[in-house]
Amino acid sequence: MLDRSGEQPRVIRRLDGEIARIQAKPPAERTFQEQRILSLYEQLCEGRMERNVLVLPVDAVLNWARAWSLWPVTFGLACCAIEMMATGGPKTDIDRFGAGAFRPSPRQSDLMIVAGTLTYKMAPRLRRVYDQMAEPRYVIAMGGCAIAGGPYARHGYHVVKGVDRVVPVDVYIPGCPPRPEALLDGIMRLQDKIRQDTILRVWREGFWPWKRKKSTKS
Amino acid sequence: MEAKEIHEILIQHLPGCVREFRTTTADPFWVVESERIREVAAFLKDHPALQFDMLQAVTGVDRGECFEAVYHLTSLRFGHSVTLKAVLSHEAPSIATISDIYPAANWHERETYDLLGIVFTGHPDLRRILLPDDWEGHPLRKDYVAPESYHGISNAPD
Amino acid sequence: MVQSLKTDEILVNMGPQHPSTHGVLRCLLKTDGEWVREVWPYIGYLHRCKEKIAEKVSYIQFMPYTDRLDYLASANNNLGWAMAVERLAAIEVPERAVWLRVLAAELNRIASHLLSYGTFGMEAGAFTPFFYGFRERETIVSIFDQLCGARLTYHYARIGGVMRDLSPETAKAIRRFLDEMDRRWVEYNTLLSDNEIFVRRTANVGIIPADLAIAYGLTGPVLRGSGVAHDIRKAVPYACYPKLDFQVCIGQGLKGTVGDSWDRYWVRMLEIRESVKICRQVLDGLPEGPYQTKVPRILKVPANEAYVRTEAPRGELGFYVISDGTDKPWRCRIRAPSFCNLSILNRIARNCLVADVIMILGSIDVVMGEVDR
Repeated sequence: MLDRSGEQPRVIRRLDGEIARIQAKPPAERTFQEQRILSLYEQLCEGRMERNVLVLPVDAVLNWARAWSLWPVTFGLACCAIEMMATGGPKTDIDRFGAGAFRPSPRQSDLMIVAGTLTYKMAPRLRRVYDQMAEPRYVIAMGGCAIAGGPYARHGYHVVKGVDRVVPVDVYIPGCPPRPEALLDGIMRLQDKIRQDTILRVWREGFWPWKRKKSTKS
Repeated sequence: MEAKEIHEILIQHLPGCVREFRTTTADPFWVVESERIREVAAFLKDHPALQFDMLQAVTGVDRGECFEAVYHLTSLRFGHSVTLKAVLSHEAPSIATISDIYPAANWHERETYDLLGIVFTGHPDLRRILLPDDWEGHPLRKDYVAPESYHGISNAPD
Repeated sequence: MVQSLKTDEILVNMGPQHPSTHGVLRCLLKTDGEWVREVWPYIGYLHRCKEKIAEKVSYIQFMPYTDRLDYLASANNNLGWAMAVERLAAIEVPERAVWLRVLAAELNRIASHLLSYGTFGMEAGAFTPFFYGFRERETIVSIFDQLCGARLTYHYARIGGVMRDLSPETAKAIRRFLDEMDRRWVEYNTLLSDNEIFVRRTANVGIIPADLAIAYGLTGPVLRGSGVAHDIRKAVPYACYPKLDFQVCIGQGLKGTVGDSWDRYWVRMLEIRESVKICRQVLDGLPEGPYQTKVPRILKVPANEAYVRTEAPRGELGFYVISDGTDKPWRCRIRAPSFCNLSILNRIARNCLVADVIMILGSIDVVMGEVDR
């Protein structure tokens, strides 16, 4: 892993942002994991570790990789889908956050941005697409309709009053429709959430997904 | 062509078809005998001085004591339009289809059946179009009550 | 070609979650290998109960819901609803407001056609037009942001006027954009319209003859692409359109047959240019005066009924409203252009390739929010 030419290890350069974030925190607020990452980093930089070995918590590497390659499935339902397209457009380039590779197939994606109104006729399809996604998977509810039915909450007999009645939701983005900047903010919030994740969760909750406790409202 | 002239042609060629001709509203409309709607539609389409070649919409209206089927026709050549109405009973609203005269009526009649429950006899494919097939009731009726849940998903707002 | 070689016919579901169906449209294809024998569109996956809601909320409250009908052309929907209510309640609108509404509607028409240009290119396999179209669309969207504070759902036309006056800065920004658009329009054509691959994908594909188009009640660029010069702005003039000079663009079969997918696409491109022309005239001839008239907060409309037609980017948008003397309509029927335009799909998408179905759908350019309402 170390570059033979000396300088700085390639992997470490990629982690610069993460290290800078930890360094910016006062030492008292750093978590155990962060202290560990930092001490390993310092050891590496000082050349105290001999060569070819990078010791990091698995969590840090996994979360770093997951947070910066969120591939969304194209799930545009209504008006918000236009703003989702605009987010992928030239002005607010979603690719900067590694989330621009919209996949037509749910089996290749990690993130479902539910952009728009979910109706009862569409609900089984949404559930199926969600089930087809591989773990770990995340859901963003974009816009008022996806959060709680939006303007159709009261008289809309055919509108599902919130996507969280069908699939578990990680991040809610309000707005009707939310601006592209709001969607970017939502993606950054999701990245924050992913960074806090630990694989210990799997041990705690049981390895097999179907044996885990249900965490959704429905 | 003005509404009055259209009306004269109508009563001249199809006596007994028009039940009422109302001009007090913003757009004048004709109430025609519901059994003869096909005859009227075909006449309006083929008459050389009228040529109503485009059907814009078929609408159903719940009037409380009865239903109305409303047809909007227009002529691209002459630029005039008419509004036809047929009054249907509230218990079993049904009227003959005009989807073979105007193919555009096909989806409009399906939608009217879906949302109001008006049956168009002779329609080639009268199924629900907007709502799922197992939906109960016709939402645009005035006495419609939204379901409390659909396949286990609660319909109550948060 | 061996025509007698046949494989089994199978039914394939395309949608409702599909990248190139413009939303949540589901098409059931009967395919024989790569050949599509028949297509049945299934709609209703975005049925948002608009007509029921119209009966439950007041005339003024329903305006934001019209934004979300055809969400690519909110300003045009606002205009239609405002005109319908004003006709029923006999409200006089100040001249300046009428012109401002037309300005918003035409800008929105450009934005809508640009998006159609971008996605149509993307469906044909070209990714660059999407970025080109969205670049100019962002400029229009930011102009609307200045004008009314929203990017997509404008709620700009209000009953009795418009929401806000046009500021000199915004007018300057619009003029700058219009000048830029002239240059960009040429760029679009070099990129897509005359592109050999694109022409081969679209010319002679999905031909709609004029009589069939009229029989199925098609309107807008789909009807004009078939060579029928019918535009509500000319046929039943409304707002300030009689005072403006513009042309009705029709398909002429430049690359193939009249009424093919390329013609429909080309009509949209020509309409962008006409709309730029209209916007310039509106900015030049904008009358002075108030931009709003006083409308009571609880607007009671006398018992009446009217069918008001306007030309939205996708065709004739009609509001059939029956009032009963209260502040809520008794019945509101929305005649959505996409709904009628889509109904012809089963008729024209027969014995074509799977790839052609995508192009036909793209050239009809439906918006599901309007189809399902």
